[in-house]
Amino acid sequence: MQSQAQYVLRTVEERGVRFVQLWFTDVLGRHKAFHVTPAELEDALDQGMTFDGSAIDGFSRTQESDVLARPDLTTFQLLPWYEEGAGVARVFCDINNIDGSPFEGCPRQQLRHVLDDAHRQGYNFFVAPEVEYFYFEDLDPTRPPRPIDHGSYFDLLPDDVGSQLRRRTVLTLEEMGIGVEHAQHEDAPGQHEIDLRYTDALTMADTVMSVRHVVKELARQSGVSASFMPKPIAHVPGSGMHTHLSLWRDDQNAFIGDGQYGLSDVAMKFIAGLVHLAPEITAVTNQWVNSYKRLVPGDEAPVGAGWARYDAAALVRIPSVKPGRIDSTRVEYRSPDSAANPYLAFAVILAAGLRGVSGDYELPGEGERTAPLPESLSQALDLMEDSKLLHETLGAHQVEWFLRNKRAEWDAYREQVTAFELERYLPLL
Amino acid sequence: VTIDVVLCVPSCDGPIRKAFEVTGVTPAVASTGRLNEVAALEPADGFSGAVINASAFPFSEAMNLCRQLRARERGTGPIILLVDHYQLDDLTFREDLFDDFVVGPFDVSELATRLRHRLRRAGNETVAPRIEHGGLSMNLETYQASIAGRVMDLTYMEYELLRFLATNPNRVFTRETLLSRVWGYEYYGGARTVDVHVRRLRAKLGEENANLIQTVRSVGYKFGTNGERVSD
Repeated sequence: MQSQAQYVLRTVEERGVRFVQLWFTDVLGRHKAFHVTPAELEDALDQGMTFDGSAIDGFSRTQESDVLARPDLTTFQLLPWYEEGAGVARVFCDINNIDGSPFEGCPRQQLRHVLDDAHRQGYNFFVAPEVEYFYFEDLDPTRPPRPIDHGSYFDLLPDDVGSQLRRRTVLTLEEMGIGVEHAQHEDAPGQHEIDLRYTDALTMADTVMSVRHVVKELARQSGVSASFMPKPIAHVPGSGMHTHLSLWRDDQNAFIGDGQYGLSDVAMKFIAGLVHLAPEITAVTNQWVNSYKRLVPGDEAPVGAGWARYDAAALVRIPSVKPGRIDSTRVEYRSPDSAANPYLAFAVILAAGLRGVSGDYELPGEGERTAPLPESLSQALDLMEDSKLLHETLGAHQVEWFLRNKRAEWDAYREQVTAFELERYLPLL
Repeated sequence: VTIDVVLCVPSCDGPIRKAFEVTGVTPAVASTGRLNEVAALEPADGFSGAVINASAFPFSEAMNLCRQLRARERGTGPIILLVDHYQLDDLTFREDLFDDFVVGPFDVSELATRLRHRLRRAGNETVAPRIEHGGLSMNLETYQASIAGRVMDLTYMEYELLRFLATNPNRVFTRETLLSRVWGYEYYGGARTVDVHVRRLRAKLGEENANLIQTVRSVGYKFGTNGERVSD
């Protein structure tokens, strides 16, 4: 570990880095950062940075409010869009209690915890999300957002701002060592998708945070805005984060087997776990009032728990595997949206799947809908409240805080009189 | 590739091995102090130095080897002696036989620093801890790598993996070997982590140089552009 610190300090010196951003994530998946100068860096690397957690959503506790941000040196990376000689680098942090124990409100540590559990059972968890988002002219909340183009799926448009931006974004991500499988124009105007190459789940959660930041930053530099809001425009598809999952054991893909579609027993039980537990983990994978405007019938977004190979609206899909690429056997979990907290989303998805494996869950028939997904944040929260899985995975502290925060959001939403109601009722009633 | 070969007697394990790795020099391990065995290991352009662990084989044999190396017509470069604390007295009046010494228990950083320092002081130009291969240049002292003149921004593990591969060109390593040699600890991804990092390195090397790291199907990876080109 010491040589990692040395590597970081030397690189900062050699590359003329002026600031190092210590990145971390709050419970709702919002990106937070400290900025330290090289002079402060050695201390920060050595001892971490103490800060008052009560300022951060989900970090506040009744007694001790100070927490410690510990940089994870393996994540040190220069940010490519700053000038040479005035460089800025970032490093992800874990949040600890002052005594050094993991802080129960830190999403990164909670994901680690679930990954450690899986590891003890012999499994490594790989994920590859497809991140969708919109480019808009601006983010003025007083009027409907205006997409910067009018393309659709795979459209090859004359070289417009959106495609240029997406291309620059992909190149920047590659420079940061983030592998991009492919990127394309999505179904809706101004909507784009970046498919990431699989990594372990912790790295990928970090990566999703980086991707959101890079997409927004480069859009800003081009005078437009990017948004990961799940459903920014009515009647056009929202922005999902379909996530491809695989479990590996002894460096073999544990999903490969002799069953239907080349799946193993483990894969079937994992899928069964996802299908059975999907309703209760939806509050985490779809955590905003707006998330549920995306999960509506007719848009290829899932509305019920079930699995299938071909049905584009299925919650769990079994993608076909190209001949000779049997190692890419995986399942795709399609409800999460791009505004989820990736750490917590990956944590509960893995926990649900593993519960299916350890509990010998039986796989329902293909295409069978076992339960509806919650139709609103309020329904999702009720399911969360009763979920043993979430209490065990996230801890009582986190679940309680999350419910309190999200119920307040729901209540604020309920008080609104919407355009829908005015349009429909005012002339009539 | 300009890698220095340093004689290492009688073994090269633990912190000593690690110090060689950190310094980026290749050990030539002779299990005894016999000059015949030593000479058989000598590369065409000679040793760049010698690390002799006098605490791990008979002290008199160690001193004898130092003396013989000193007496040779062809230089051996600086001799660094590793000793136990109780052997310090025995070094008195033998100062001419070695250039530097380190007292056990051996600390990787100290060993590496002395090794690097002595090699550098020996004025040997090729000693600058640097790896050059194709368009790739790695300065092992400043931890900076560049490709075709463009500086690469690497994470620590990416740097370590690239350094390990580039230090051992044209050798095929399995994922497991790379994981244990480069990472050295359990990682969430298991051996697949290696694939992920290789992919990232290739992305950072850029398209023209991505083939510096070659996939050897169903075995692992190797560094270098020699031989058959295997695409991923």
